[in-house]
Amino acid sequence: MNDPETAGAGSLSRRTFLKGLGTSAVAAVAAQTTAVAAELEKVNAEKIVGPGPVPVTLNVNGRKLKLQLEPRVTLLDALRNYSSLTGAKEGCDRAACGACTVLLDDTPIYSCQKLAVEAQGREITTVEGLAKGDKLSKVQQAFIEKDALQCGYCTPGFLISVTALLKQNPHPTADEVKHACAGNLCRCGTHPHILQAVFEAAGVKATSKTEVIHV
Amino acid sequence: MSSWPAETKYISHPTLRVDAVPKVTGRARYSSDTQANGWLYGMILRSKWPAAKILSVNLDKARQIPGIKAAVVARDGTFTVRFYGEEIAAVAGSTRQACLDALRAIEVKAEPRNEFAVNENEARKDDAPRVWEGRSNVAPGRSREHGNVDQAFGECAAIIEGFYTTPVQIHNPMETHGNTVSWTDEGVTAWSSTQGISSVRDGLAGALQLDQSKVRVITDFMGGGFGAKFGAGAEGALAAQLSREAKAPVRLMLTRFDQALAVGNRPSSFQRIKIGAKADGTLHAFEAENYGTAGIGAGADSGGGGGGADIPMPYLYPVPNSRVKQSHVAINAGSARAFRAPGNPPASYGMESAMDDLAVKLGMDPLEFRLKNDPNEVRQREYAIGAEKFDWKAKYQKPGSSSGPVKTGIGCAGAAWPAGGPSRSTQGEAQINPDGSVEFRLGVQDIGTGTKTVIAVVAAEMLGLKPEQITVKVGDTNFPPGPGSGGSTTCASVSPTVYDICQRGLQQLQKQTGIADARGKNWLAACKKLGVTPLVVHGNWIEGLSNRPAYGVQFAEVAVDTETGLVTVKKVVAVHDCGLIIDTLTLESQINGGVIMGMGYALYEERVMDDLSGVVLNPNFETYKLPGIADVPEIEIVLLNMPERGVIGIGEPATVPTAAAIGNAVANAIGVRVGSLPITPSKVLAALGKVPPAAIT
Repeated sequence: MNDPETAGAGSLSRRTFLKGLGTSAVAAVAAQTTAVAAELEKVNAEKIVGPGPVPVTLNVNGRKLKLQLEPRVTLLDALRNYSSLTGAKEGCDRAACGACTVLLDDTPIYSCQKLAVEAQGREITTVEGLAKGDKLSKVQQAFIEKDALQCGYCTPGFLISVTALLKQNPHPTADEVKHACAGNLCRCGTHPHILQAVFEAAGVKATSKTEVIHV
Repeated sequence: MSSWPAETKYISHPTLRVDAVPKVTGRARYSSDTQANGWLYGMILRSKWPAAKILSVNLDKARQIPGIKAAVVARDGTFTVRFYGEEIAAVAGSTRQACLDALRAIEVKAEPRNEFAVNENEARKDDAPRVWEGRSNVAPGRSREHGNVDQAFGECAAIIEGFYTTPVQIHNPMETHGNTVSWTDEGVTAWSSTQGISSVRDGLAGALQLDQSKVRVITDFMGGGFGAKFGAGAEGALAAQLSREAKAPVRLMLTRFDQALAVGNRPSSFQRIKIGAKADGTLHAFEAENYGTAGIGAGADSGGGGGGADIPMPYLYPVPNSRVKQSHVAINAGSARAFRAPGNPPASYGMESAMDDLAVKLGMDPLEFRLKNDPNEVRQREYAIGAEKFDWKAKYQKPGSSSGPVKTGIGCAGAAWPAGGPSRSTQGEAQINPDGSVEFRLGVQDIGTGTKTVIAVVAAEMLGLKPEQITVKVGDTNFPPGPGSGGSTTCASVSPTVYDICQRGLQQLQKQTGIADARGKNWLAACKKLGVTPLVVHGNWIEGLSNRPAYGVQFAEVAVDTETGLVTVKKVVAVHDCGLIIDTLTLESQINGGVIMGMGYALYEERVMDDLSGVVLNPNFETYKLPGIADVPEIEIVLLNMPERGVIGIGEPATVPTAAAIGNAVANAIGVRVGSLPITPSKVLAALGKVPPAAIT
């Protein structure tokens, strides 16, 4: 249970379970009565947040972002519309296109499916955080050199997915790259160049097979 | 007449996209990223009925939601809606959540019509519910006859008849349609996700009854259009009205759902084709009847890119005796709009499928059959080059003859795009500064094709500078006007214009500074001599540097699992020409994109309407499937560089033949024709007789 996501989900379901029990049912479990009652008291004492705006602090690209947000505001909404970080894009708002992908610690997630309040205390990296000052990351540089973008709207999402992949797996196979990018859609059809760019960023020379015949 | 330089440093070489850095760093501000001072969110309430009379729309409760600053109705009084998703009202508020709450609070009194038609095969029946009162759902399109068709069929050695259908395809650019509109006493400014800043300006001015000079449209970056984003649209006018009422800028971007319902699609086609050839393989007789739906829109003609349901028939191949009847069917669904090479991909699918089926009947290799009947010299050459690259001769087997449950097959198809030429009214200007910096300003927009890069490449070539020394500004109606980005026209429009600006700039520099040739190493010295006043030169599109049309051929290799019906595209060889190539790198990107979009059309994409409820069943990406990176085959590209033809656009031809080539490869693999796009596993299994065929789709 080291994964904070799993731990969070576990404690939530226990709390829900406890809340769902009637008092008499809880009392019937004689051996644990005291412990359970104490926990119930703790749960009931928790302050319900919302529905109005609450203070939220997000760690984005190494900086603290202090915002007042309704708890139902997603991380994507918070970034794009409550700060000037519009790099992560909205393409579908329902976890289907990947344009909103950001890193939560080292894991790429769809920021449209994460409430901003839930992302507190984690390191969030958006496309704006990939370069160090003016120095582009290897992945960004490779995307430029291989022209792995056309309209560029899906590009922030792909860059984040690829960055996460190469951090975990610096020398991926083509299938591993495809798996890592399976959650990102591109309508311009830039995929072959994205594949080339990932290899280039991984230090493998990727040359175009395109032939120009001068007529 | 002007001509392009024979020796080039940048033109016809790979140049990195000049706006790539802002795109990879997140600094690029797309229309949907606009954060105008004090901006509000805008959202649209849409009809949940496929057909209804709207009696009243009460916005009072919506206006009371905290944070809501404006609410407007789409139309005054009682009105009729004719498709699920038609605009009813719109709200603007300080948060997205407030707008969502407000949409729920709008009270709509409506008389839903229980009868409606969302299926073109039902809608064309005589007793079908009428989409437009008092008007038949079926309207005739073009009908044409050449030669003596009936007699000619009697003279044919082989005849086939086929029924080939293509679905309604949704554009689905990654950035949805929309604008941020600010309406103040000075006028209207719109940051629009558009392919045509000028058409948005004119559309807004018309809808708002403002002088065109009072409307400014800006498009710095936009996330794709593919033909669906011309004009201001209902969403643009609603955003403007909300802005006026709220006295604040309103950002109204459509949701993905909105995008699938109301702002365009490619019409369907149902093509019954009869085609015959003489014993030597010469095409002799052709007869076709086609119908399709453009939704409630009744436009017929798609030749000029209008988005109607008619298609060019017979496609590519001249047949001396031909009879073509077309009609279009209105249904209760959102209107079609131009979609990348309007009319051509469906025409290509129908004709090229029929060509292969006839080749099989004649016992001819389908490539030989094409070479026999295609009079176009460029395509002849492209077929020869592509066949060698693809190894056609070694790979071709008789249909269905590959062994085992996973069968491989190959197919090919040709492309045409009759437009692709320039807009002759294109203008632009350059400001040459005394410090040597230079800025080009053209009222066009870069929709992801690389227009900014094209401008920089041509300017660098003509001025003897490097592309990175050229500042390019596009996407602003305050700049000299250029065309909308449609029909593959932008490249052929801007390249000669930039050429002209450069020539005039160099002449003027010579006149003002006395330096005979200000290019390259003399550039800085010449600019310095301007003193303190920059030189601004205006230029126009000029003759002799651009052209049309473009051609192209594609070859596809597929593997078909005959137990699951799944089609995997293994390889595509794409051979294309576009006259003088400007940038080989961005060109390669566009051809990849055309092939991949064509592959989606072949295998995955289809808008599905529910006959009973009249709704679009797949208005989002989890149910409307686009090709993903794992689906994409190896794509090998061969580019024919033909400088003497001048510059021609490539966006459309690259997507025309892909679906037909894949469809032919599937038929070659399994030995039977799947005559309906998309070629889904269930259709493959039905064609193989392993499952019962679905009702007509």
